[in-house]
Amino acid sequence: MSFLKNITTAAAMALMVGLVPAPGTAETPTDVLVIANRIDDITTLDPAESFEFAGSDVSRNIYSKLVNFDPMNLDAGYQPELAASWDVSEDGKTITFTMKEGLKFASGNPIRAEDAAWSLQRAVKLNKTPSFILTQFGFTPENVEQMIRADGNKVIITTDKQYATSFVLNCLTATIGGILDKEVVMQHEVDGDMGNAWLKTNSAGSGPYKLVTWKPNETVVLETNPNWWGPEPAMKRVIVRHVAESATQRLLLERGDIDVARNLNPQDVAGLEGAPGIAIDSELRGRIMYIAVNQKHPILSKPEVRQAIKYLIDYQGMQDSFLKGQYVIHQNFLPATYLGAVDENPFSLDIEKAKELLAQAGVGPFEIEAGVREAQERLEIAQSLQNTFAQAGITLKLTVGTGKQILGRYRARDLDMYIGAWGPDYPDPHTNAGTFAYNPDNRDEAKLTGLLAWRNAWDTDGLTPKVEAAVIEKDRDLRAQMYRDIQAEFRAKSPFGIMFQRIEQTGRRDNVQNLSLGGAITAVSYWPVTK
Amino acid sequence: MNRQDISRNPDDPRLGFRAWLLTDTPSSRLHARCVAFYAGWLKLRSNTMAMVGLGILILLVLVAAFAPWLAPHDPLAQNLAGRLQPPLSESHLLGTDSLGRDILSRLIYGSRITLYIVALVALIAPIAGLLVGTIAGYAGGIVDAILMRITDIFLAFPRLVLALAFVAALGAGIENAVLAISITAWPPYARLARAETLTIRNSDYISAIRLQGAGPIRIITRHIWPLCTSSLIVRVTLDMAGVILAAAGLGFLGLGAQPPSPEWGAMIAEGRRFILDSWWVATMPGLAIFTVSLAFNLLGDGLRDVLDPKEGG
Amino acid sequence: MALAESRGTGRHRLPRFQRILLKIAKTLVSVAITMLGLMFVTFIIGRVMPVDPVLAVVGERATNEVYEQVYREMGLDRPVLVQFGYYLRDVLHGDFGMSLLNARPVSEDIRRVFPATFELATLGTLIGVLIGVPLGVMAAVRRGSWIDQIARVVALVGYSMPIFWLGLMGLLIFYGILGWVGGPGRLDIAYEYMVETRTGMILVDSLLAGNWDVFRNAFSHIILPASILGYYSMAYISRMTRSFMLEQLSAEYIITARVKGLPERRVIWKHAFGNIRVQLITVIALSFANLLEGAVLTETIFAWPGLGSYITTALLSADMNAVLGGTVVVGLIFVLLNIFSDLLYQIFDPRAK
Repeated sequence: MSFLKNITTAAAMALMVGLVPAPGTAETPTDVLVIANRIDDITTLDPAESFEFAGSDVSRNIYSKLVNFDPMNLDAGYQPELAASWDVSEDGKTITFTMKEGLKFASGNPIRAEDAAWSLQRAVKLNKTPSFILTQFGFTPENVEQMIRADGNKVIITTDKQYATSFVLNCLTATIGGILDKEVVMQHEVDGDMGNAWLKTNSAGSGPYKLVTWKPNETVVLETNPNWWGPEPAMKRVIVRHVAESATQRLLLERGDIDVARNLNPQDVAGLEGAPGIAIDSELRGRIMYIAVNQKHPILSKPEVRQAIKYLIDYQGMQDSFLKGQYVIHQNFLPATYLGAVDENPFSLDIEKAKELLAQAGVGPFEIEAGVREAQERLEIAQSLQNTFAQAGITLKLTVGTGKQILGRYRARDLDMYIGAWGPDYPDPHTNAGTFAYNPDNRDEAKLTGLLAWRNAWDTDGLTPKVEAAVIEKDRDLRAQMYRDIQAEFRAKSPFGIMFQRIEQTGRRDNVQNLSLGGAITAVSYWPVTK
Repeated sequence: MNRQDISRNPDDPRLGFRAWLLTDTPSSRLHARCVAFYAGWLKLRSNTMAMVGLGILILLVLVAAFAPWLAPHDPLAQNLAGRLQPPLSESHLLGTDSLGRDILSRLIYGSRITLYIVALVALIAPIAGLLVGTIAGYAGGIVDAILMRITDIFLAFPRLVLALAFVAALGAGIENAVLAISITAWPPYARLARAETLTIRNSDYISAIRLQGAGPIRIITRHIWPLCTSSLIVRVTLDMAGVILAAAGLGFLGLGAQPPSPEWGAMIAEGRRFILDSWWVATMPGLAIFTVSLAFNLLGDGLRDVLDPKEGG
Repeated sequence: MALAESRGTGRHRLPRFQRILLKIAKTLVSVAITMLGLMFVTFIIGRVMPVDPVLAVVGERATNEVYEQVYREMGLDRPVLVQFGYYLRDVLHGDFGMSLLNARPVSEDIRRVFPATFELATLGTLIGVLIGVPLGVMAAVRRGSWIDQIARVVALVGYSMPIFWLGLMGLLIFYGILGWVGGPGRLDIAYEYMVETRTGMILVDSLLAGNWDVFRNAFSHIILPASILGYYSMAYISRMTRSFMLEQLSAEYIITARVKGLPERRVIWKHAFGNIRVQLITVIALSFANLLEGAVLTETIFAWPGLGSYITTALLSADMNAVLGGTVVVGLIFVLLNIFSDLLYQIFDPRAK
């Protein structure tokens, strides 16, 4: 093992290492896929409520949707899944889905249009966090039974305005679009919760897998769904084990105790390079790393200062050192591969330029408080920023906390600066445009806490109407161009310094094939995997 | 003991001050205290391990005081090109960390944080305990019952969990870590002070003072506190290693000193990620914590031998 | 604990039976008050915490309406004391509430994680006792000899080592490099779900099921963290044993026994050691309680799904019901162990009467 060689160079260690070799590798059963991942963000598995990364991974494998992505051909965009086809009305406001015939849920119940319509209505009525993905089309708990309804084997969805059809369908591929087995769920209803409490820890879907168990912070176990219509997956069982540490994941992978390690840091990836029986995959994901400055701050709200901070980030240095291989420089809010994405990255570390801009704004040295989450890569980014900001006379006081601590203050517009990440909610450009560059009401009382522009008290300098126009544009090329224009303006005047896009590096035993993490648009798929 | 050996030469002028310190017939209360103190010191001095501990601690204080002159580099200066250099590499005796900062310099500056925490906890916890304990012991009755019940409640808490909870409530940071550790550390001092107060309270000496018209505040502050301090001091020395470990534990969980501050526990947490390929990043601060807390333990152990012969060896 | 403290002299006139009843009643009241205080303090900490429990439930993207709705659902709009009252009522019914983060009853969670910690702490204490007691006795008998010195150094080193660092290094060396022991977690993934969960302690469950493979695997996982905890326990137990023994060995009856010419081994083990057994048990009980709570950092390092890591995770994510439940359980064990050792003293130690 490479690290063994490395370590024995140290005299102190060599003594303790002795001459005992590491034992041979173990192996996992051939029809079981064992994955090490951080799954401590799972708080619920109800598709109407589930919202975090690890939860989406589980959900994608146990729930089918009206339309969905083919893991082996993500570039093709959404494809029919439970729906065989769809028609759009002339006014563009009504989409009618025709359901496929003869499909069954894991329970054996037939999948009806009734189930599909009810699942979407339920998500709106429950009004949990991700419900905005649906309610942005004008659905409310009161009107949803008229707006989304089943008619025979058809599901009819009527939106309040005319939207780009691709926008509506892309939203239906999000976790919240998962179709539930109404009969099974309603058997477990408690106090009119539409089965919410039960679904948090159980599954009632029609995907390739069904949930066996979820032990919080320990494991998720999935098993094939015998009633699935596709070819039976090679992996009969999928075990996702929570392993927080990268070093531990690496050891487990080297030992052959696991098939896939999903949270390796750059050092451990480098350490695994060339290791026998191990392969590393890199897949571009949708997550964006950014900094933002609060526009309530008298200095930070000056246009020159907003631009100056974008020259105080050591993009190249970070990308090439502690973020190596896992983040790529990206200075626009739409992730690469999204409609309208651009790869113009005009900013680089330029202390002199930043000083010039600060001088133009007429500000001397000042101190600001930056909030950052307790996660190593973010702490390193924060410390690097601290270092480069100081060179232009800006003192960064870091406040480190758990996600929820920092987030609470961010949402209350209470931080001068925030260093964080944003992942798209559904694979449509509006998901990010609608939060970075959209803020219809900048007053404190408006409490649009879900919008990043609002959290930073930025009135978007006229971008809000442009975002509104882009989301209803039906011409695809024109729509893409509108997003490119919005991003150009955004780079020139927003208080956001977009820095990197995420590349997920996965270590796998080299006999594991066809594992698709879902790219920038969706979550992981286990069913095509073979080994 | 040595006392007799040396009093054989009481006339030796070179021994003037020592003889004064070693006399069997002190001339004043201060003199008596000096004599007792010196006798203890002599006994402590003969304990090699305690002296090693004391030596390390003195060294630590010196390192902290002269950090800017001793550290070869700026502890915060980053060099992304020269990150994770192994020990003994060019100009970095103990190597560099993930941001290319010199580990030796960070350890040297980190000693200031360690001393700061130790000093503050050593002030806050015993004083809080002393206040609660003496008031409870002196007042007795319902006040005593309430104060001691509160002490019991805090004793029933799992200590680290309580400290964690407090830091989580107050916000991460070095001052809050100090406060949290003090909050978990005071109850034993309160117990000790109360026990001492109970024995002192009913002594003839205090009765005499009370007859002279001294009020309770005066009695507590002027007469009971001074008598409690010596036993508290021993206890504090013995507790310090635990304080260092607790502070490092909080730092390790990310709840102590905030980046880029070179707190040792936080440095281990940072280095933990590179443990397989760059073992030194986590190992060096671990050794530093170990050395300092061992020093406190050695000294404390020696002190206990001096002051409490029953446990001694 | 001051539970066994006697106040006043009047009760000596009561008959023995009533005296015991009175004592039990007093103990119960004092336990109740302590537990109440413990819960109240934790509750208040949870309420002033800057971590927002609502956010913990709704997540980053929530709109303000969703936020407000959950805020009310969780009863956070009521006054703190009222909330505490409701909470107390539920706890008295054995209901610790639902975990905010994983949507299951906290009591169920605790039942799941507690055996893991219990197993670890028990094995740790066992190691501590098996090495610590003989070491302490020998150090006392050969006071000042090399063995005494070694025992002292070993104990002091134990007191001085940051446990998380020792765990990290142990994992690196014994698992990462040497491969002698199992890695983090309680079992290799391949062995999971192979034996039925009865006690929740895998070593016991695998024995009950007669599955030696699982037992061996579980043992290879637990031995390193247990040894590390055991080291701390050993340091404490050996020092206490030594000091108890020294006290006994200088007592007159020992000198008499020696003068009578009894064999040295008999003097040490039968007489002196026999007399410190009760004291020793209280020390072991205390050390066990300390390991239960001291497992917080060890469990973090070894990814051990026990009570310590449960409370820590819950704390950092503002899952207050989980924190309260966990703290109450640990606090209760603490108090009960203290009462237990107090009682032991009362019953067996003639001097305490």
